[in-house]
Amino acid sequence: MELLFASAIGVLTACGIYLILRQRTFPVILGLSLLSYAVNLFLFATGRLSVGAPPILQYGVETYTDPLPQALVLTAIVISFGMTAVIVMIALSAYLSENDDRIDMDNPSEPAKDDA
Amino acid sequence: MSLFLIAALPFLGAVFPALLIRAGRNACASAAGAVTLLALIGVLVNAPRVMAGGVVTAQIDWLPQLGMNLHFFMDGLGMFFATLILGIGLLIIIYARYYLSREDPMGQFYAYLLLFQGAMVGIVLSDNILLLVVFWELTSLSSFLLIGYWKHLPAGRQGARMALAVTGAGGLALIGGMLVLGNIAGTYSLSEILDQKELIQSSPLYLTALILILLGCFTKSAQFPFHFWLPHAMAAPTPVSAYLHSATMVKAGLFLMARLWPVLAGTDAWFYIVSTTGLVTMVLGAVIALFKDDLKALLAFSTVSHLGLITLLLGLGTQAGALAAVFHILNHATFKAALFMSAGIIDHETHTRDIKRLGGLRTLMPVTFVIATIASLSMAGIPPLNGFLSKEMMLEEISHTTWLDSHWFFPVLATIGALFSAAYSFRFIGHVFLGPVRDDYPSKPHDPGVGMWISPAFLVLLVIAIGLFPEAVAGNLVRTVTDAVMGEYGDYYPLKIWHGVTPALYMSGIAVVGGLILLALHRPLDKGWIATPRPEAKTIFDGLVGALTRACRGITDTLHDGAIGRYAAIFIVFVLVLGGYAFTTGAMGPQTRPMLEIEVLPAIGWFGLVAATLCIVAFHRNRLLSLVLIGVVGLVVTMLFNYFSAPDLALTQLSVEVVTIVLMLLALNFMPKTTPRESSVGRRTRDVLISVAAGLGVGGLIFAIMTRGFAFDTISEFHLANSYKGGGGDNVVNVILVDFRGFDTFGEIIVLGIAAIVIYAITEAIMQTSVRARLLNRVPDQPVAGDAHPLMMVVVTRLMMPVALMVAAYIFFRGHNLPGGGFIAGLIAAIAIIMQYMASGFGWAAARQHFPYHGIIGSGVLVAAVTGLGAWFNGMPFLTSAFGYIHPPGLEEFEWATAALFDLGVFLAVVGAVLLALESLSRYAWNPNIDSRHPMDINPSRDDNGRVIRKD
Repeated sequence: MELLFASAIGVLTACGIYLILRQRTFPVILGLSLLSYAVNLFLFATGRLSVGAPPILQYGVETYTDPLPQALVLTAIVISFGMTAVIVMIALSAYLSENDDRIDMDNPSEPAKDDA
Repeated sequence: MSLFLIAALPFLGAVFPALLIRAGRNACASAAGAVTLLALIGVLVNAPRVMAGGVVTAQIDWLPQLGMNLHFFMDGLGMFFATLILGIGLLIIIYARYYLSREDPMGQFYAYLLLFQGAMVGIVLSDNILLLVVFWELTSLSSFLLIGYWKHLPAGRQGARMALAVTGAGGLALIGGMLVLGNIAGTYSLSEILDQKELIQSSPLYLTALILILLGCFTKSAQFPFHFWLPHAMAAPTPVSAYLHSATMVKAGLFLMARLWPVLAGTDAWFYIVSTTGLVTMVLGAVIALFKDDLKALLAFSTVSHLGLITLLLGLGTQAGALAAVFHILNHATFKAALFMSAGIIDHETHTRDIKRLGGLRTLMPVTFVIATIASLSMAGIPPLNGFLSKEMMLEEISHTTWLDSHWFFPVLATIGALFSAAYSFRFIGHVFLGPVRDDYPSKPHDPGVGMWISPAFLVLLVIAIGLFPEAVAGNLVRTVTDAVMGEYGDYYPLKIWHGVTPALYMSGIAVVGGLILLALHRPLDKGWIATPRPEAKTIFDGLVGALTRACRGITDTLHDGAIGRYAAIFIVFVLVLGGYAFTTGAMGPQTRPMLEIEVLPAIGWFGLVAATLCIVAFHRNRLLSLVLIGVVGLVVTMLFNYFSAPDLALTQLSVEVVTIVLMLLALNFMPKTTPRESSVGRRTRDVLISVAAGLGVGGLIFAIMTRGFAFDTISEFHLANSYKGGGGDNVVNVILVDFRGFDTFGEIIVLGIAAIVIYAITEAIMQTSVRARLLNRVPDQPVAGDAHPLMMVVVTRLMMPVALMVAAYIFFRGHNLPGGGFIAGLIAAIAIIMQYMASGFGWAAARQHFPYHGIIGSGVLVAAVTGLGAWFNGMPFLTSAFGYIHPPGLEEFEWATAALFDLGVFLAVVGAVLLALESLSRYAWNPNIDSRHPMDINPSRDDNGRVIRKD
């Protein structure tokens, strides 16, 4: 089972990174979402896998899975929603203002001058 | 008065002038003065104890694990400096009230000044070297604000930046030095460190610590070769210069050298580094000062020179040297502050500081003339003024100091320094006040009002009093302070003017006569000086900064040239290389955990997940399809969580999935529906290689982790064991969130709130631009459904809303003991409301929404914070939870827990953040002109115009 789990994380990571390397905002957002899944599953898996042992205390039950990664991942899921929302917003606003959704500058060889 | 209060007063008081400026300039200045006076009284109340050899302390443990504590102590040295800082601060506040013009924002000025003052007081009272470093950095920052106070002057901004760069860099060195010192001594407590001279001086790291600390001191106290920032800082308003460069900022370096004297001084390294630097600075500063035509520049270089003198004295490492140093710190503060203020008066009245345009002010400004002359004579070292006394002591000490076996090197150079010092002091009098009255002053000069000259006059009285009666006025003080510097009781001669005919008297005489001769020859010398090429410190500094900036920009531009994809690729490859390095050089233990059997259900899930993910990549150009597929991925992840014993995560993921997809759909509405095929085959091959490598790496890593046991015992056992006993809940994940790691959660909801507000701000900004017009005139690129608000959907969502809210409440309340809690309940409640937006339209929903979402976020954070603070009233740390059980008659036993209140804060913050984000996004879509007339708000008893239909 661990092999399946690990390979799923691997596939999510690989596909997420491939999409992040695209040139338009939308695939990049998709890629970030996939990468978020991968990272959340990764963190969750550091508590090791176990079936049928949720960390809800019950009389007579002695073994529970590790609750700490779950607590961390729970907030991570919510925070990744916040992050996705911000990035979607930035991408959308950039598209609406410039009518262009490419992520690279027009002329990457000449970066914008810093006037400061 | 407690030392805490003394140290805190200026910081707390900084609020008053900033607020009271609305009540007028006098109220503003009085508030600043009152705060300073109060702190000064606080110091003086403790003075008798300190003068009797006692030490006043105040201690609160802050982070004892790190050795960082709020420990203050006041011995002679601390009291001496605190009195100087606050006393001269008070005089400066009075002076600045009359110096600043109506255009200057006075509230800001006094607020900055008090911040700076507080930081200085903090430095001199700290009994913890880490705390001291914190205050040290605060002086750098607040002095930056003060020096750059006149923001409209480029010179002011440049000067402030240079001062910050130099003193900030020194501060970094100081932090390093202090950490090394603390490490050697095994403690960060200053008073404990001061007892460990042998241990520190025999340590192999002694020299490292010494050099780093001295770098901090030398940059702050403008010692050669870091002296150049001080004259450039003169672009500040004169009260700032008078304060920073007479009694405070530049004395901080001297203070620290004096403070650490017992453990750092007495070695050859200390003697050669400190005294030589001091001597060079003293001579160099004095020579340059003679040729400066700007009054304040002259005083600035003179300050550099006198700081050099004091450094030199501290560097000697002798008791008499320390005594002379302390005495000169006092004397220099009095006459130099008076001189700066006099220069300010002259500038204020004549509108010029150029010595070449002045002269003959003697009769026009008699009061200023008297004040400035006495102070200058003291600076020149003329008896019977206080400057003479300490300079004599210095020369006396120097006359029998040998440097590298040379008996004449120090005395000769010191005499030259004193000679130039006398010369520029005489020039200050001669070329400004004496000579014929001119008729081409930029403004007709006359003496200012009493408010401006009272402060320097008071200081000049001190100059005379100390000069005439040194023993009576300052004897005990100087000796107590010197004892504190040395860390032991010394045996001293009383301070007196006449020491008999000594070598020092000859040297003094040579200096005064030579000074007069130099002044007489000033004109030809000046021509020669101007003709001589010299390295300009500012040019060198600017060149260095420029080179550094170019180098940094070069690196940044190479890595990040505006192509984000390229940058991301560089980053990922770099991480891969690091991981590869770790994998090939490290060792991996054997597999210790047996793997779980593969079952059918998760195998199907795995297949669905992998297939959907691969399909997203394959079909990512069709954006709508890829959104559908990402929903599939999310659902499988949800099921995986549920299968692997994480019901809370499954619930969270499911509800987040819904809002994420809604959000992305909304965004996609405005964006192109397809992604064009752009990248070349080569680039795609490269990206596939990178991503496959990354996927293999991450998958392999987690596989290795999952098949091995924990390297250390996890703290989860503690959580499981204490969840019910300590937190009162059975759902350990929820108890961790709201109790064990409540502080983390508190931070998370703040972050979430900030993210939502950022989204709101972006929308606001974009809607102000032409985008709004474009959106209003937008023609949808896809056919729009004929019915914007389908009957079934509207009716069902409205029926669902109370049910959904009920589910949210249920999930919320059971969260402490069963899967659920504030995060999940918040998401469910948010979805219930989003459904209304979707079905009935933005306008309809917004009209029925009475609480602004910002407020809901804010109230959530507040509820969580107040719950956390409540623990303080129980004498417990922030966020300690309490719980108990009540048994209402006729009902089941009921548990109450403050953690539930905290969870309520989480709930509110999540609801507010999610809805604010989505509402902001929807505003792009909302078109008030085509607001649907029938969002199914049909009331059977009313007609279309809202009139009541009569049945009869």
